[in-house]
Amino acid sequence: MENTYITDHLQKRFTHDILETDTAGDILTVIVTSPVIHDVISFLKDNENMNFTFLTDLCGIHYPDRGLPLGVVYHLHNLTENKRIRIKTFVTLNDPEVPTATDLFSAANWMERETFDFYGINFTGHPNLKRILNVEYMDFFSMRKEYPLEPTREDKDDRYFGR
Amino acid sequence: MTDILEDKQYTTLNLGPTHPATHGIFQNVLKMDGEQIIDAEQTIGYIHRAFEKIAEHRPFYQITPLTDRLNYCSSPINNIGWHMTVEKLLGIKSTKRIDYMRIILMELARITDHLVCNSVIGVDSGALTGFIYVFQEREKVYEIYEEVSGARLTTNMGRIGGFERDLSPAAIKKIREFLDHLPKVLHEFEKLLMRNRIFMDRTIGVGPISGERALNYGFTGPNLRAAGVDYDVRVMTPYSSYDDFEFVIPVGTQGDTYDRFCVRQQEIWESVKLVRNALENLPEGSFHVDVPQYYLPPKEAVYSKMEALIWHFKIVMGEIDVPVGEVFHSVEGGNGELGFYLVSDGGRTPFRLHFRRPGFIYYQAYPEMIRGGVLSDAILTMSSMNVIAGELDA
Repeated sequence: MENTYITDHLQKRFTHDILETDTAGDILTVIVTSPVIHDVISFLKDNENMNFTFLTDLCGIHYPDRGLPLGVVYHLHNLTENKRIRIKTFVTLNDPEVPTATDLFSAANWMERETFDFYGINFTGHPNLKRILNVEYMDFFSMRKEYPLEPTREDKDDRYFGR
Repeated sequence: MTDILEDKQYTTLNLGPTHPATHGIFQNVLKMDGEQIIDAEQTIGYIHRAFEKIAEHRPFYQITPLTDRLNYCSSPINNIGWHMTVEKLLGIKSTKRIDYMRIILMELARITDHLVCNSVIGVDSGALTGFIYVFQEREKVYEIYEEVSGARLTTNMGRIGGFERDLSPAAIKKIREFLDHLPKVLHEFEKLLMRNRIFMDRTIGVGPISGERALNYGFTGPNLRAAGVDYDVRVMTPYSSYDDFEFVIPVGTQGDTYDRFCVRQQEIWESVKLVRNALENLPEGSFHVDVPQYYLPPKEAVYSKMEALIWHFKIVMGEIDVPVGEVFHSVEGGNGELGFYLVSDGGRTPFRLHFRRPGFIYYQAYPEMIRGGVLSDAILTMSSMNVIAGELDA
């Protein structure tokens, strides 16, 4: 399955909602707008020419300097043709809403809870969206870049310990 | 009649967080009607250590010890998987000797992982003997790790670009002895359980899942193969020269506890074959790639050679340029597809690192698998899924 075949189909079906396609990396990467993310995944999963029936991974990412800082990255896998695809969508900090993929993949349930737990992305329509690894009374989203690794330590300068 | 049913009182049973049968710290809240399980919900995160956050503050070579602690039953697979991810980002091509050494160690790790899981299924069904017996073999693998890396459980094995030292003659001798001895033990272990009436009655038809549901739930590894789907990363996307070797991917049919047991058992035999083949065909050459900008020089050289001192300083102080980019690399871990999603912005640490932990993803199917069954079956289902707390919570 060629990259261009997939991108052509996606562009024909979703036109302006496909913001960017990148074939240079290790996996074909497609950036789409957040309202259509569910439709894109559903199209990739159920269209018989696409057949991306396996959700390998779902995680969040935070680019503090961008206009749309919070992102969700999906890795889908077509197991019959061994083709992977990476779908990304970005949302704002104030209104981080992304439609859930739990109705398409049961596997998305905990992965979305994890993403919510660390990045505070609201997956609308998720059956049980609550924190999974952190304690429930935590009032911040720890993987966002503004939270330091050790907030109570003042003697450690981050420049000497990594970033 | 309906009135009586509505008045029915259910019992809530807390299985865990610390319970001998969970083999790790996680909780299952079971809703029970007598002995029958109506529903279940898992609470996890008891040993969450924020590895992904820590990884954003550590240079690449310091992340290897974090990967140790994911699936700690097969640390070398995690270590080597991580090194291969970084090599993919940096564009380093490893040599055949490194690949074969990696296969040897990864397959040994797979053997121990499967031995632990399968013998624990035995324990949970009431057969402690096999567990004690195969742990002796696991101990031997740990001695091999010790010979290779200096550590036993959290191995921190290898470096970006190869290994820190070559396989010593003592290590090779130990591997050979292990390979000669294991089949005898494995045969006896199989005799104890495989056709054992009690064991079969306890495991056949327990905790089944269909191939279709398993795929939807993101199952990978032996659990998926037991459900009849022949997806194995080693064959599908060969890494580390796995395509040089011939091995069989065992597949089950029912997706129940017995099938998971048998698939793992068969995989151990295949791994033994792989280790033996890789060891016999081990090519000559260096145990690391010549990439001085990423591979720490030997300490003696640092003290006596200018070049080595410069590289050592640059690597430790993080003054090495790393390409900007993102990669996803996955390896066949002990219990499924272990993936690393690495985003680099050119800094000395990853911008974002996400571990695709197979156990985290397939453990969410647990309520569906045990619903309608009895408590003792639920415990066997859990141990046969090979859920490792360290990996669950990252």
